[in-house]
Amino acid sequence: MKITVTVNGTDYSQVVEPRLLLIHFLRDELRLTGSHWGCDTSNCGACVVWLDETPVKSCTVLAVMADGRQITTVEGLARGGALDPVQEAFATCHGLQCGFCTPGMIMTARWLLDHNPDPSPAEVREAISGQVCRCTGYENIVKSVLWAAKHDGDDGDDADE
Amino acid sequence: MNDAYGPVPRKEDARFIRGQGTFVDDIALPGMLHGAILRSPLAHARIVSVDATAARAHPMVVAVLTGEDLAKRGMAWMPTLFGDVQAVLATDKVRFQGQEIAFVVATDRYAARDALELISVDYEPLPPLIDALTALDPGAPVVREDLPDGNHIFDWSAGDKEATDAAFAAADVVVECDMIYPRSHPAPLETCGAIADYDAVSGKLTMWSTSQAPHAHRTLYAAITGLPEHKIRIVSPDLGGGFGAKVPVYPGYLCAIAASMETGRPVKWVEDRSESLMSTTFARDYHMHGEIAATAAGEIIALRARVLADHGAFNAVAQPSKFPAGFFHIFTGSYQIRAAHCEVTGVFTNKAPGGVAYSCSFRITEAVYLVERLTDMLARELGMDPAELRMRNLLRPEQFPYTTPAGWQYDSGDYPRALRLALDMAGYDELRREQAERRARGEYMGIGLSFFTEGVGAGPRSQMDILGLGMADGADLRVHPSGKAVLAISVQTQGQGHETTFAQLVAHELGLSPDDVEVVHGDTDRTPFGLGTYGSRSTPVSGAAAVVAARRVRERARLVAAAMFEVAPDDLEWLDGKWRVRGDPDQAYGLDEIAKAAHSTLELPGGIEGHLDASAVYNPPNLTFPFGAYICVTDVDPGTGEVTVRRFVAVDDCGVRINPMIVEGQIHRGLADGIGIALMQSIVFDDTGNCLGGSFMDYLLPTAIECPSPELGQTVTPSPHHPVGAKGIGESATVGSPAAVVNSVVDALTPFGVVHADMPLTPGNVWRAIQGRPVRTDLAIG
Amino acid sequence: MQVPAQVEYEKATSVEQALSLLARYAPGARILAGGHSLIPMMKLRLAQPDVLVDINAIPGLRYIETAGAELRIGALARHADLLGASLAGEHFTILHDAERVIADPVVRNWGTIGGSLCQADPSEDLSAAFAALKGSMIVHGPDGSREVSARAFHTGPYQTVVGPAEMLTEIRLPIRPGGGSAYMKVARRIGDWPIGAAGAAVWLAGNGDRIDDVGIGLTAVGATHFVAAEAEDFLRGQPADEQTLARAGAIAAEHCRPASDLRGPADYKRHLVQELTTRVLRVAVQRARGLAS
Repeated sequence: MKITVTVNGTDYSQVVEPRLLLIHFLRDELRLTGSHWGCDTSNCGACVVWLDETPVKSCTVLAVMADGRQITTVEGLARGGALDPVQEAFATCHGLQCGFCTPGMIMTARWLLDHNPDPSPAEVREAISGQVCRCTGYENIVKSVLWAAKHDGDDGDDADE
Repeated sequence: MNDAYGPVPRKEDARFIRGQGTFVDDIALPGMLHGAILRSPLAHARIVSVDATAARAHPMVVAVLTGEDLAKRGMAWMPTLFGDVQAVLATDKVRFQGQEIAFVVATDRYAARDALELISVDYEPLPPLIDALTALDPGAPVVREDLPDGNHIFDWSAGDKEATDAAFAAADVVVECDMIYPRSHPAPLETCGAIADYDAVSGKLTMWSTSQAPHAHRTLYAAITGLPEHKIRIVSPDLGGGFGAKVPVYPGYLCAIAASMETGRPVKWVEDRSESLMSTTFARDYHMHGEIAATAAGEIIALRARVLADHGAFNAVAQPSKFPAGFFHIFTGSYQIRAAHCEVTGVFTNKAPGGVAYSCSFRITEAVYLVERLTDMLARELGMDPAELRMRNLLRPEQFPYTTPAGWQYDSGDYPRALRLALDMAGYDELRREQAERRARGEYMGIGLSFFTEGVGAGPRSQMDILGLGMADGADLRVHPSGKAVLAISVQTQGQGHETTFAQLVAHELGLSPDDVEVVHGDTDRTPFGLGTYGSRSTPVSGAAAVVAARRVRERARLVAAAMFEVAPDDLEWLDGKWRVRGDPDQAYGLDEIAKAAHSTLELPGGIEGHLDASAVYNPPNLTFPFGAYICVTDVDPGTGEVTVRRFVAVDDCGVRINPMIVEGQIHRGLADGIGIALMQSIVFDDTGNCLGGSFMDYLLPTAIECPSPELGQTVTPSPHHPVGAKGIGESATVGSPAAVVNSVVDALTPFGVVHADMPLTPGNVWRAIQGRPVRTDLAIG
Repeated sequence: MQVPAQVEYEKATSVEQALSLLARYAPGARILAGGHSLIPMMKLRLAQPDVLVDINAIPGLRYIETAGAELRIGALARHADLLGASLAGEHFTILHDAERVIADPVVRNWGTIGGSLCQADPSEDLSAAFAALKGSMIVHGPDGSREVSARAFHTGPYQTVVGPAEMLTEIRLPIRPGGGSAYMKVARRIGDWPIGAAGAAVWLAGNGDRIDDVGIGLTAVGATHFVAAEAEDFLRGQPADEQTLARAGAIAAEHCRPASDLRGPADYKRHLVQELTTRVLRVAVQRARGLAS
């Protein structure tokens, strides 16, 4: 079946099997390997991307369900080479170690701050409670998101196109 | 010159925050095929036949390999890391649910998965051996009829039995307990996988694989495939966590190699999560009987332990060969003890092979759990505060280096200071007051302590080897004409930040910025030989090698600088990152100038041929011994059995800290491990051998909700034998934390008469413990 | 990762079209809404439909609104919609209590209320909540629509009254003044399926001293239609005091049929029913009295 999906602002038209999972479409067909997969049962959240501006677990969505819709992945966050404050935050606050859960965490964090610009630590933990990290114990991920909240809109990132 | 040690931001972050890491599954090669493994649904069965005809006829299937096909290549069996054998694809029998039966190679991942259903296998079921406690019973199903001793693998003991028995006989108080350290799994977020690319023309095999020990894997592959070692290249790209799961060689890797040889194309195999949980190396699974003997006044005098170790169907433990039970005999812990003795018996069962993984420090997790639980139980028996009991018995700084009754030589430590700091940070007395108040109101909080000593950084090579490969690691340091350096190391990061910390180590020795040092790792074609990253050995071993190499470079630089100044080498001193003329420190050269000179037309001194480069192989003289004091505060709802971890205080001493930010990150993780292991993680089997806990729906991992914000403290007691005094930190918190959590919960439940409850302390298990009918947590509830 | 078997795909843009596709491909057709119950089953190949009928493009099925004395929830409302709807929370705190502990925030973004109900997992939380609230479901079929009580909607594990060529379109909850409700769940970890859970809705009479009407729903413990009927019958007309509520909890525990599994042993689950039923009744009563939020 032919689908047309807009990913990070670019349209892609492709024939896919109905059973093709969105995460595989992104990684294997479009070669956007920034989003990852880590489980079989929709538990780990390594695959979180935005579908029509909403974080979803892309391992639990079929590519055909994204036909006519917009996807944003971690590769689409930086604008003109400038990192999103959330990305900067993770690097500043040691919010990642192996980096495998990081894209999913970043996408959820970005969405959280877009909807709740000043979250409490508990709200941050709640927002990422469906996503597993095996390296950080979450502490620095939470710190990263709180840092991003404080620095969102710094450095000309608010000068949006 | 600023000191290069410190919370330097990580160089590796730049690619990961952009989603530009390169993990094995990110790699696609031209013409690449995809492999999928057919696995046994049964735990124990004879294989009558395997018919892959229909699978081979699938239009997108290029090849199907069975055990028979591999046997023709001599690859149906492979050595394990402990000198046993393991089936790559089963030929005669299957011995655990999930064991590899056949390998399908197709043009895409989905077709490979479909084709698995087209392979028909005729099994003759056999009764499975699941309960390790029955493994040595007469009439128990025999897992390994290929070995002479039935289900018995080894007996091993350490310590002085006579002295220990005598001490127990003379003791005022003896407390004993059966406790399980349940089977768990390291579960790195990225599963294992490889792309094998065999080029028949050049005879070279290139493997991209999830390997924590690329050189050891290369040596093994050479032995298994018959390919000469110089024709094998292992590239370990970015790894999404390891925690010991990526140390062994797995059948899937060998299937990919065989398939690439067979098809002439690159073959990718990546396991899914259920395969990972069901078949790759599990961790722990120790059934322990522990006894602690003391005087009435609270002096611990002896410890005794008898352990049954469930190794699964093949003995595949990844640990030094002279130690079948790893370093379990460190079980005397951090205390002054007169005598100790332990016996460990290993058995086979119809479960996946493994046992040494998940930050266990070669079974130190099990040992520390045992001694710290026993210590708390002793405190209870004596009516003594558990902090006070520990403080009474902790080794004193003047006793170091200290040789334990089981033969370990602890290098350095000030234990009472660490414990005192933890107690202060926790506000221990106030917590006990709060506990008493809450109890009066019918609320139950617990305060659990854990004090641990662990031994890491294996080596020395004469005592520590894996399959005869001595555990030493190398470092090659090259200095370019502009003074920039490239450090090639044999260990392999899986998130620990080697690209940064190793750069800091070298930068510190050479007066450089860490940005001037590029760290190369993971590619056997570009790095020196070494045994890899596990057992927290990167800093103690490879880090030491890097420092030794850097110091050799620095000494060569001295010789060149002396030539540049036209003075004798001894007229120079290294100060603030430069070689300076003694008494005239403004006369100085930094590494960049010296490197340029070494590559120039300068008349070079003897011993310098034209560069500053140096190598080192570090053979550690001993392990290093990080230690810590942890305090966990929990609240337990006795009506539901739910446990909430309220606080986690952790004081760690890992010697000199190269990058405190990275050190703390490692500790954060280990504390989360403790919460997960103590409260929710376990892999259990039902009586027919079905592996329950083969997905993240049932093998539960802690989230941000269960892990409180940790409170960290530190003491620094440098290792006397490590070149920079560092000890290693990677596994410490996983070693120390589970006992703190369990001690806390049991402490909360004291009013209900609970003396011990096995992990995982799920709500149901807690409630049953309160009822006085605890659950045996390694078996499924019938 | 595990991947689904081959399947055909159709997209419906109206209820009529969806029903006609379901009928054409019955019995091998399944509705695809959020997919967060179905796709995991397909990946494990526990479900292997021949045809998926994607209903996400059908307009007018995703809403949470009041109509007269009813709260009406469109079947395509996502869990996040329900959790975020103050309208729902104002009338029925139980719904927010339950949604807060269903799966995780990202899954809630896409999974639908209708999908969860029709998956009919015995551990699914909203079933008990809707049963406690004595709601009803609107099922559309080839012969029109019918209303089914929430207490008769589920006919067994993974089975509902929705036929192979039918579709759930709406859930209706009667709004009655003066009520209070609550839901409590115990799981091995956040986001996990419940080991046991209980939801209660109470309406009080006589200055808040007596229970006029009550609904009690139980999850994951083998309660028929997710309802603790005997405990409800006992409570009606009784004083709303601690002793009576505890007794109701005991009765609910007596009449459920939990099974031992990885989540917990049966005796513990039975105890949980007693404990949680008592607790949710207590909170529901307090909320009905306006004493708690």
